[in-house]
Amino acid sequence: MSEARVDDLVGGVLDGEHRALARTITTIENQEPGYRELVSALHAHTGDAEVIGVTGSPGAGKSTLVDKLAKTYRDRGLSVGVIAVDPSSPYSGGAVLGDRIRMASNVGDMDVFFRSMSARGQLGGLSTATGDAITALDAFGKDRIVVETVGAGQNEVDVVRTADTVVVLVQPGSGDDVQMLKAGILEIGDVFVVNKADMDGAATTVSDLREMLHLRDGSTAGSAGHHGLGSMADGTDDADDDEWDPQVVETVATEGRGVDDLIDVLDDHYAHLRETGELDRRERTRYAEKIRQLLRADAAALLEDEIDRHGGMAALVDAVQARETDPYTVADRIVEPLADCVERD
Amino acid sequence: MSTGQEQRTIRCLVAKVGLDGHDRGAHVIARAFRDAGFEVIYSGLHRAPEEIVQAAVQEDVDVLGISILSGAHNTLIPKVIEGLKGYGAFEDTLVIVGGIVPDEDRTALKEAGVAEVFGPGTPMQETIDFVRENVQR
Repeated sequence: MSEARVDDLVGGVLDGEHRALARTITTIENQEPGYRELVSALHAHTGDAEVIGVTGSPGAGKSTLVDKLAKTYRDRGLSVGVIAVDPSSPYSGGAVLGDRIRMASNVGDMDVFFRSMSARGQLGGLSTATGDAITALDAFGKDRIVVETVGAGQNEVDVVRTADTVVVLVQPGSGDDVQMLKAGILEIGDVFVVNKADMDGAATTVSDLREMLHLRDGSTAGSAGHHGLGSMADGTDDADDDEWDPQVVETVATEGRGVDDLIDVLDDHYAHLRETGELDRRERTRYAEKIRQLLRADAAALLEDEIDRHGGMAALVDAVQARETDPYTVADRIVEPLADCVERD
Repeated sequence: MSTGQEQRTIRCLVAKVGLDGHDRGAHVIARAFRDAGFEVIYSGLHRAPEEIVQAAVQEDVDVLGISILSGAHNTLIPKVIEGLKGYGAFEDTLVIVGGIVPDEDRTALKEAGVAEVFGPGTPMQETIDFVRENVQR
């Protein structure tokens, strides 16, 4: 991609052109030449959007809830970007991306920018391009960005490293489900949503969750009640006050019930992040991780070139298989020129 | 560091437009495209032309496949194409149509901007090959 084309796209995104935003995300997804310059140029214009991650098991109602969330944000005068990730086929690499079907409430509203993404073989619940696509939506001027993960079971926790607030959807009706969540997803949620709250067993699931989150009956009404009780001690800032108590919200996404409550809790959480400095800390962690990720990829690419210079992987394996050398020696030899450069200083 | 990362993935919107509840064909083609390695966004049933346009623009698809069996193709498909032009998205989107379209309507649809019409009994591979050969970018 030419430099002029990159400038065009950046200009288009900053001017609010939907087509330019769409093409930017495609460029990022395909890692087309010039995509790094593109994301670099957009970075300076980011930092205003709140990013909400939504995860949960398949069929829990993520897409339907995201649709209603977007609608409610729009009713409050905010613009919304949505990235919905679905799994890709391990065989063909293809994918059927079906989250868009649920976006019925936002038909004809271009201020909800909805983009489906394939995970493209990534296992953490997001695709590698998701973070950079958020950068594009942020630079475009979206107030809220909602990221919906692949239907996740236990360890698809990449969303934590991407979102400011993590919403975990839980289905009512099976204690086993909640048990399963114990290690992994239960640890990453800032807000838990028991969706389909009109189903049998919803109340049990809510109380199970609250129990597991060490919430007592009295402190479930939201953080306002908690602070209200201790208003005399507002000046003291002990560790307990800095800790966010995960909230449990009940919704019926198909009818939009509970969505306003959910947004209030999301706002509370964001305010909490800002007040405690946690927002800043999370952002720093995110950028550190991003820099490391880029360095790993770049270093790996350099090493691939080095492998080619040594006659390619097949030849190296031949030598190892014939017991002429061993994997460790091969690795040492290939990494040697890089190590030399690092140690020179 | 496989070369698969750099290989461009073909993105495709399979769309049902208007009052037409027949989605078996759309499902079959969505699955065949998936198995061919495409990324397929399925619109769901009963979409208005504006919804199809919104989806095609935001998803930045290479291919828009419209499935229509209601007989309303002469009304609805030009509306979709006009909408794409409004966003400057028509030139690099390959628009194809599948379903029941009488032979005498095909010329007009192609003049309106449809690249090809695939009727009943078209082998799946033929459609996939057509997409691979004619994708714009």
